[in-house]
Amino acid sequence: MGLLTLSSPHTHNQNSTQHMMQMVILATLPGFVVSTWLFGFGTLINITLAIVVALGCEAAILVVRKRPVGFFLNDYSIVLTAVLLGLALPPLAPWWITVIATFFAVVFGKHLYGGLGNNPFNPAMLGYALVLVSFPVEMTTNWASSIIATDVTASFSDTLSIIFAGASSDAWTGATALDSYKHLITNATAAEIAQQPEFSGFLNAGWAWVNLAYLVGGLWLVWRRIISWHIPLSMLVALSLCSLIIGWDADMYTPLSLHLLSGATMLGAFFIATDPVSASTTTRGKLIYGAGIGVFVYVIRTWGAYPDAVAFAVLLMNLAVPFIDAYTQPRTYGHNKAKRGLYQKQPK
Amino acid sequence: MTQMIRLHDIHGGIHPAENKRQSTQTAIQVAPIPNELILPLHQHIGAAAIPCVNVGERVLKGQCIAHADGFVSVPLHAPTSGTIVDIEARPVPHASGLSETCMVLQCDGQDEWQAHPSLLEQKNVSLVEQLKPADILTFLAQSGIAGLGGAGFPTAIKLHTGNYPIDTLILNGAECEPYITADDMLMRERADEVVAGGEILLHVLQCARALIGVEDNKPEAIAALEQAVIDAHLSHKIQVVSIPTKYPSGGEKQLIQILTGKEVPSGGIPAHIGIVCQNVATASAIYRAVVHGEPLIHRITTLTGDACQQPSNWQVLLGTPIDYLLTLAGYQAQQPERVIMGGPMMGFALPHLQLPVIKTSNCILAPKAKELPLNEYATACIRCGQCTQVCPAELLPQQLYWFSKTQELDKVEQHNVFDCIECGACSYVCPSHIPLVQYYRFAKGAIREERAAQEKALRAKERFEQRLARQEQELAEKEAKRKARAEAAATAQKAKQADLAEPASAPASSVDDTLEKLNKQLAASQAAVQKTKEKLAAAQADPEQADKIPALEAALEKVTSKLKSIAMELAAAKKAAAASTTTTGDSDKGDPNSPERLRKKWETAQLRLQTAEQRLAEAMEQQLDTVSALQTGVEKQRERVNDALAAYQASQTETQSDVANSPDNHELEKKILAQQDRVAKAEERLTMARESGLDTVDALAMGLQKQRDKLAQLEQQRVASSTPEGV
Amino acid sequence: MSTTLLAIVMAISIVALLALIFGGILGFAAVRFKVEGNPIVDQINQLLPQTQCGQCSYPGCKPYAEAIANGEKINKCPPGGESTIQALADLLGVEPEPLDAEHGAEKAVPTVAFIREDECIGCTKCIQACPVDAILGAAKQMHTVIADECTGCDLCVEPCPVDCIDMIPVSTNISNWYWQAPTLGVELIASDRRARRAEAN
Repeated sequence: MGLLTLSSPHTHNQNSTQHMMQMVILATLPGFVVSTWLFGFGTLINITLAIVVALGCEAAILVVRKRPVGFFLNDYSIVLTAVLLGLALPPLAPWWITVIATFFAVVFGKHLYGGLGNNPFNPAMLGYALVLVSFPVEMTTNWASSIIATDVTASFSDTLSIIFAGASSDAWTGATALDSYKHLITNATAAEIAQQPEFSGFLNAGWAWVNLAYLVGGLWLVWRRIISWHIPLSMLVALSLCSLIIGWDADMYTPLSLHLLSGATMLGAFFIATDPVSASTTTRGKLIYGAGIGVFVYVIRTWGAYPDAVAFAVLLMNLAVPFIDAYTQPRTYGHNKAKRGLYQKQPK
Repeated sequence: MTQMIRLHDIHGGIHPAENKRQSTQTAIQVAPIPNELILPLHQHIGAAAIPCVNVGERVLKGQCIAHADGFVSVPLHAPTSGTIVDIEARPVPHASGLSETCMVLQCDGQDEWQAHPSLLEQKNVSLVEQLKPADILTFLAQSGIAGLGGAGFPTAIKLHTGNYPIDTLILNGAECEPYITADDMLMRERADEVVAGGEILLHVLQCARALIGVEDNKPEAIAALEQAVIDAHLSHKIQVVSIPTKYPSGGEKQLIQILTGKEVPSGGIPAHIGIVCQNVATASAIYRAVVHGEPLIHRITTLTGDACQQPSNWQVLLGTPIDYLLTLAGYQAQQPERVIMGGPMMGFALPHLQLPVIKTSNCILAPKAKELPLNEYATACIRCGQCTQVCPAELLPQQLYWFSKTQELDKVEQHNVFDCIECGACSYVCPSHIPLVQYYRFAKGAIREERAAQEKALRAKERFEQRLARQEQELAEKEAKRKARAEAAATAQKAKQADLAEPASAPASSVDDTLEKLNKQLAASQAAVQKTKEKLAAAQADPEQADKIPALEAALEKVTSKLKSIAMELAAAKKAAAASTTTTGDSDKGDPNSPERLRKKWETAQLRLQTAEQRLAEAMEQQLDTVSALQTGVEKQRERVNDALAAYQASQTETQSDVANSPDNHELEKKILAQQDRVAKAEERLTMARESGLDTVDALAMGLQKQRDKLAQLEQQRVASSTPEGV
Repeated sequence: MSTTLLAIVMAISIVALLALIFGGILGFAAVRFKVEGNPIVDQINQLLPQTQCGQCSYPGCKPYAEAIANGEKINKCPPGGESTIQALADLLGVEPEPLDAEHGAEKAVPTVAFIREDECIGCTKCIQACPVDAILGAAKQMHTVIADECTGCDLCVEPCPVDCIDMIPVSTNISNWYWQAPTLGVELIASDRRARRAEAN
């Protein structure tokens, strides 16, 4: 007869990886819009460039690996990687920074480990970290300054020429809020810094707006159950606690408000740290993983040489994921206690 | 009725579309009797039943047609009257699509019951409370009742809780799978049966409290049950509990957790925590069996899905073919065709439709592709962890998947794959459409297979080693024997050498040699006599040689006397040789089956038995570890003695009586002797079991009785056969 | 000068002290947490399939295990096949090698011996050949195989003078059947997928 015989269940909630990826991309929209409005078209161009390069690299490597190209491009995972990378890179960074970062993320960060689902590190952050350690100057000087500080941002054509033709970007760039606070606080008080143009206006001259926009997108994802609340919450709580306990004196350390609402904090908490492939998978593990990122972000921001720290913090905690997972297995129904620890072969 | 118990939550769970409304619009209908019923012998967990009627036999409705095989098994009854036309392998409704032995019943349409007194009538009591729980259990086992919820575990065994006191009986009316409404309709229409069944169960378990757990999406069922409880005046004992609708709250372990907050220990059964859980349909079947004497011959099955034009519930006879049923529901085949037995979450797709309804078939689901779309291609796992969130057993489905996929079976086991209830929630939510449950089923099967193989390997190893040890022992024994023989030969050689001095007393063993020698000597001296005679004659004829005649005459005389003496010696030697053959008695001459021989055999066997017994006694005294080996040895020896005795007696009767058909009698005699032996052995074993207080006593006692019966039978036969012949 | 000397002496003594302490700890741990391991032959024997078929040219699994412990190759066991070779390689820390075809091929399905009983002449030759005593019978009596104990080693087939022994595949029934792992979807290469889709249609 040949009726269809497949294993149960015979029904599905019709969710899909593709759908989840699309939702996450959609959720970056508020942050993207706000940052484009405040810092100009650099981000838009970066994202576009990153997507094109990412799709090209992905397709090429799928061909090399003899995998069905259309089937895999369709899952949107590489588009999401490219979008996150584009959002994370300095808006006015030269084009080759984006290309190198994207290429590295796709080829080394993802496919050399076996493709989607098999990469131990967050590919976007791997690409970001590569360009950050390789080209520190380009990565720290090309941050666009806010429209709030300068009243005007570079036009689309100006931005294009800065990124692709290497035109001078000096007129449009400025240090990030985190970076300048860290340097200024060594010989100024918090009250004096607040007078600086980078910090003028409500909520630190725009950086906070961008972060708030990412927060909105992130909360929407949590509400839609695309991501779980564990990692963002534990990361933000850990970061806050560190800041409150160690850096309570705003005249010596960056204050909590700046930690939470500047740099890549919210983007990292809701979009980067929550990348399911490279994050911890158990409930308790997620809390530990998030908290670890929070602590590392604080430590690197405060005592490290780099202005922001989300990429390194995430990569460091990626390394710890198998270990965390092994020790945070839940107690299974009907068992007295959880089986913890790394698997050991039972002597027969 | 207000709920007095606190509900607990289960981990995870999902809310798939219920799709229950379609099939609850009409009341339960009774399906007509088809022409032919296919009754698999294996419709439950445990051993398959064994047919107890023959092909061609007419059976009545309710007649037992296959009895249980051992403890974990249930019998099978004819669902209607008709003729058994076949007992053969037919495809059975199982995920494998394999064939198993089925009984095929050609229905005659008369639906004629055999006498089926209820247990109440049998015991002549009016109330269930007056029945003994043990009697009810036996009766339920005989009525072929297995769990109707889906797993099909023999009910009597589930109720046989041994030493565990039961404080709560749970009747499972949750029916959490989408589409299925068989229990729902049963509770609505036959709530009184469910409650009455619950009362019987409470009595069997000697338990004070029953909870009927029903999901809150079945308000009509809850109302009907509550009314039935009040009508039966059981409000103090039985409580209907409405639980939140969530899949898989109807899983036994999950329902127990929801209602009591307790967890069934991993690898344990609910009785370990004082709980017994039964499906509501099973409770109803229990009621029908105990109070109406009906064995389990029909069940309520939901026929639903958009491919059925009239989805509804039917009371169907077990064995009814599914294509027949689907026609009743107005089934229209779809392309691609897909029919599921059970629900969409845990049911299995049928390979074709010529399969029967069995005791566990609660639903036949024929969906259109639109309502239950086929799974898309699985993509890579992105470790999103949604499976972990919905898993009711709090497993890590994703880890199980990775390890199952790479066949790292010990890691799968380490991650508690055997606590997986295969509810399918993880597959349901997986955004990558990975058939997770199939992976776990594969892993479980592979692990079980591996375990079985390991066990077998272990057994093979033991057997091999035992064989080696035995062969070595045999070799050693042979070697010892060979040595003994060699020694004997050596001593004999020595003796011979010593005897050379006085050959007169030649040992019996060299009789043949002597004979031969003498024969040769005889021949030689005969020849000498002949020669001498010739010479003498020649001398007498020839005058020239006349002077030699006296010498020759003397010589002839000498030779003749020598010949005489040799001949005499030879005669004596022959006599001796003959005597020696008769004394040793082991030569090839004579009939081996002569009574004399057999008697001797018997005697030697007895002697050997005595020595063996002596050795055994010694070993026992000294508590050697060879006792068991010796025991078997003694037993074997005893057998041999008996055999020898039997053979001897048989031969005697053969020789003594000239009865024409002595071989028959002879056989009978032998059988009786063997039977006597068996009876003796069984008695021995029984006493041993009694002394050591084993629980096999009953079985052994039964065995003994059987053996005795057989013996008696044989003896009767002997009397019967010998009397007419003797006269 | 004296301070330098003192420093050197101090350094040496501290290092020596540390060495002593750690040595003591290690020594204690070695005694206290001593792992009672199986002798290697037993461990190897555990991994062998125990069919006792002798295809490895040793008279049983245990002798082959002993030979492996003494440096024999690990790829001579056809009944165990690749999985056994892999397990042995893991245990012994050597590279797995492909099965030595000289000793036979791995069976696709496990088999058991079956005696066509009406043809059996009762010669007991198979009984003598069976390494695990899985054949019952006596001289001039019909023999039969205890299927549960048969390891499928084929050793009884050869000696039978009337060729009445078949090796039949172990039957699958609903008690021992289980789902196979899903056929991989995405892992297939592009051309395979096209074929599969065509098949599905």
